[in-house]
Amino acid sequence: MKYSANSAWVNNDKYDVVIVGAGHAGCEAALACARLGLSTIIFTVSIESIAMMPCNPNIGGSSKGHLVREIDALGGEMGKNIDKTFIQSKMLNKSKGPAVHSLRAQADKENYSRQMRRTLEKQDNLEIRQGEIVNILTEENKVTGVQTYSGAVYHCKAVVLCTGTYLKARCIYGDVSMNTGPNGLQAANYLTDCLKELGISMYRFKTGTPARIDRRSVDFSKMEEQFGDERVVPFSFSTNPEDVQIDQVSCWLTYTNEHTHEIIKNNLDRSPLFSGMIEGTGPRYCPSIEDKVVKFADKNRHQVFIEPEGLETNEMYIGGMSSSLPEDVQYAMYRTVPGLEHVKIVRNAYAIEYDCIDARQLHPTLEFKNIKGLFSGGQFNGSSGYEEAAAQGLIAGINAAMEIMGKEQIILDRSQAYIGVLIDDLVTKESHEPYRMMTSRAEYRLLLRQDNADQRLTKIGYEIGLISEERYHALLEKEQIIQEEIERLEHTNMGTGEEVQNILERAGSTPLTSGTTLAELIRRPELSYELLESVDYQRRPLSDEIKEQININIKYEGYIKRQLKQVEQFKKLETRRIPENMDYDKVPSLRIEAVQKLKQYRPVSIGQASRISGVSPADISVLLVYMGQK
Amino acid sequence: MGYKSDTIAAISTAMTTSGIGIVRMSGEEAFSIIDRIYRGKKEKKLSSEKSHTIHYGYIVDEEAEIDEVLVLLMRGPHSYTGEDTVEIDCHGGVYVTKKILETVIKYGARPAEPGEFSKRAFLNGRMDLSQAEAVIDVINSKNEYALKSSVEQLKGAVKKKIDVIRNDIIYHTAFIETALDDPEHIEIDGYGKKLKVVVDENLLRIKQLLDTADDGRVMREGIKTVIVGKPNAGKSSLMNVLVGEERAIVTDIAGTTRDVLEENIQLQGISLNIMDTAGIRQAEDLVEKIGVDKAKLNAGQADLIIYVVDASLPLDENDYEIIEMIKDKNAIILLNKTDLSTVITKQMLKTKIEKPMIEISAKEETGIHELENTLKDMFYHGNVSFNDQVYITNIRHKTALKAAYESLMKVNDSIENQMPEDFFTIDLMDAYEALGSITGETIGEDLVNEIFSKFCMGK
Repeated sequence: MKYSANSAWVNNDKYDVVIVGAGHAGCEAALACARLGLSTIIFTVSIESIAMMPCNPNIGGSSKGHLVREIDALGGEMGKNIDKTFIQSKMLNKSKGPAVHSLRAQADKENYSRQMRRTLEKQDNLEIRQGEIVNILTEENKVTGVQTYSGAVYHCKAVVLCTGTYLKARCIYGDVSMNTGPNGLQAANYLTDCLKELGISMYRFKTGTPARIDRRSVDFSKMEEQFGDERVVPFSFSTNPEDVQIDQVSCWLTYTNEHTHEIIKNNLDRSPLFSGMIEGTGPRYCPSIEDKVVKFADKNRHQVFIEPEGLETNEMYIGGMSSSLPEDVQYAMYRTVPGLEHVKIVRNAYAIEYDCIDARQLHPTLEFKNIKGLFSGGQFNGSSGYEEAAAQGLIAGINAAMEIMGKEQIILDRSQAYIGVLIDDLVTKESHEPYRMMTSRAEYRLLLRQDNADQRLTKIGYEIGLISEERYHALLEKEQIIQEEIERLEHTNMGTGEEVQNILERAGSTPLTSGTTLAELIRRPELSYELLESVDYQRRPLSDEIKEQININIKYEGYIKRQLKQVEQFKKLETRRIPENMDYDKVPSLRIEAVQKLKQYRPVSIGQASRISGVSPADISVLLVYMGQK
Repeated sequence: MGYKSDTIAAISTAMTTSGIGIVRMSGEEAFSIIDRIYRGKKEKKLSSEKSHTIHYGYIVDEEAEIDEVLVLLMRGPHSYTGEDTVEIDCHGGVYVTKKILETVIKYGARPAEPGEFSKRAFLNGRMDLSQAEAVIDVINSKNEYALKSSVEQLKGAVKKKIDVIRNDIIYHTAFIETALDDPEHIEIDGYGKKLKVVVDENLLRIKQLLDTADDGRVMREGIKTVIVGKPNAGKSSLMNVLVGEERAIVTDIAGTTRDVLEENIQLQGISLNIMDTAGIRQAEDLVEKIGVDKAKLNAGQADLIIYVVDASLPLDENDYEIIEMIKDKNAIILLNKTDLSTVITKQMLKTKIEKPMIEISAKEETGIHELENTLKDMFYHGNVSFNDQVYITNIRHKTALKAAYESLMKVNDSIENQMPEDFFTIDLMDAYEALGSITGETIGEDLVNEIFSKFCMGK
């Protein structure tokens, strides 16, 4: 039996948008649509799993922290939710440049999920509905509604698919295989077939998670304690920094050893990955412990982070040791790690396989090229990570809403946001593994900092309608203060007075022989805006956030200007739009390979076309000349 | 409106020693560039002169005078490309013309892509629609040639050297990036010191490449001249005479030369890339056969073929094969071994093929002067020329090497200024990209792949 939908019952309530899945992508998509005034309904196989974190208990981290900041700047929810529910927070890479500072917080998983659920429940225009979607209804390549497992039909104008890792999900360890989604939740087994019938091509990806263990069985005296930052910076630009100065809990660091590796090596033949039982493609950046031991055989130890899953649970997460080895091997290998000698496993480590799409079938708006009104976001698009998912969910939700309202959809480009890089990579490049964000993927990362996400994106969020008047004006005011203060510093001359020389001497900086501006002094590597406070008599009191902006903008001005110049060049190609009905067969002299690729991808701009592998610079010239004729 | 408004430059005359040479610049900065390298009688800057005027003066690079020139000014949109355009008419000659092109590039122009002037003209509406397809064809054919020549003509050793530098750069970039991505696993505080050693080493490598580039040795510039003939006709002896040293091994044994030997020589101001090849015959052993195939391949791509006939022996099937092969090519036929009793005469050959013929003796070095004169005549009458794309490509390579050098210098600046490690990788990747443009490789997913393959990520 396929499913029990032989007699369809039509629910006659009116909906604009249906969101399929209530994970991190689905929640953002639903909130965006509802907040923009559209009648929205969100489906989930289990209400308890709303905004669930089935893998690591963190939000943020390198480049992912940037994404959360950007989501927040556009009016999304993730930043606010983690600010309410974190139990430890760190700014990573603080000793490095501002472009790679990244916030990462440990979440109380249950609380994170509960708070997000409350936010959804309190949202006007939004209905939460438990049920599995098995059918996407279309007419003439346009979405008209969805159908549930029970046969009920919900008509709507747009659908956003955020099915995460649930499609035909299968969890595996050793020779144990279960057809469930993460955490033993019910998988969604029918939607894939419907999508295939709609002409959507699917991939099968794989990822994994380590075991969860009982805190009472861990000997922390053999581990190094890892504390949170003394002064916590919130994720959301709208969170009052004082509200996040809470008592934090610790994480713990320990290591694998040669004994661990020996056990793993001796049991490799029992791993479903090596025996071929798992066919999905796994991510290279998130290798299982058995992958690491095989691939980096020369390393005699690997780090292991023991992290709490929440305040009101004994469960802890074993970061760095995800695995799909059999249960007995899991016990044996975990128990070789110092501090885990007597460890009790609460949940086994497992690998999970699931269906997702080749995201090259999407426009950069995250709408399917072949089906109007069908959008998708999150792990379903071939990404990995809560933050990547939320970012896409937000954009997919916004664009579904924009389409229904007849407004222009938004595409963030690679020079505007990590979200832009993420989506452009997903829809333009061929990928054989779940995609994870990295700062090295962003060409203009000096401009795409986590500290200036509001200056980059809040105006856009305001224009979309997700940022309040009040918040927008606060931003404008902030920008003005920054600008005025930089102006003042550029024009305030410091004499060679004793006080100045003393400060320089203390900082190990060359004394002044003639006067110079404060800005020039700030540019010296050993000095900063903060350090010069005592000799800067006209300075007005400013927030830490604003002081940081001033310091960064002055200190790294040269580098920033260089990147701005590169962006200018980049934008020229990006803004050359290719007409949607472009007939590549009619372009004379275009190479066959290029014609095929261009027809397949249908890039929106010359810039995007130039990033498609198989399209050469000469092809781009030919295209430009051809477009010039029109 | 063009999609790129940066300033491009190219040599727009044939690269010969005669007449005048013209270097053309088009783009927003054409006038400001000429202001900085032009010295005339008047103090007035060229950028403040009227459009469509001609000015006499000198092209200078700071103090150094490069050539006496006429400069034509054309302000957009009233120019071929529709942009501000400057033409520099100089005294011709490969060296001077090239030097002027290099100077405008040094001051901010970039070498034009193949067909780029025409492309701009079209995009700026200076060309009518019927010409569009011609422009597309030019772009395609020239690109193909440039690509082919840039990759083919790169000496294997140069590519290897560039690859070594690129591998070094990407490795260290990947290490830094891995550490930034996963700071709790990998520590890179103080990495600058270590990196400085690597950067210095690679600066030196690039410097060496640039030095050889200045000798014109990154790529083979010149008329591609291939010596062909059947085995033991005296090709290697001729090569040695022309090069002026014992470059090729000469024996009485037919089939001595098995690989292609190449030398650059200057004959009366003409640059020849002269290649000695294996004698053409039905070779039996494998090595010789490969040599013969290479000889044929090179002859096919040659700008000029020198066919050496052993005049002491009757023509055989190998000669007939060669005659067929060179029929439609620029060729000179040398009747060698006039020091011996000869059985073949010019008359006999003329019934088979119409090409300039000269009697020589490579052994006694007679007839060589006549050969030189014939070559010169052919060149100056325009019968023989070589594709100037080679020069252009070479200049492009040099520009890329310089860009890579400068980027690495910036890495050193960042290290010296105690910038955080993430700043290093910006310029490292710029250098990587510039070097890749020489070997025809783009960045793509290189960095991400290197990170995953060389370093163990956490989680």
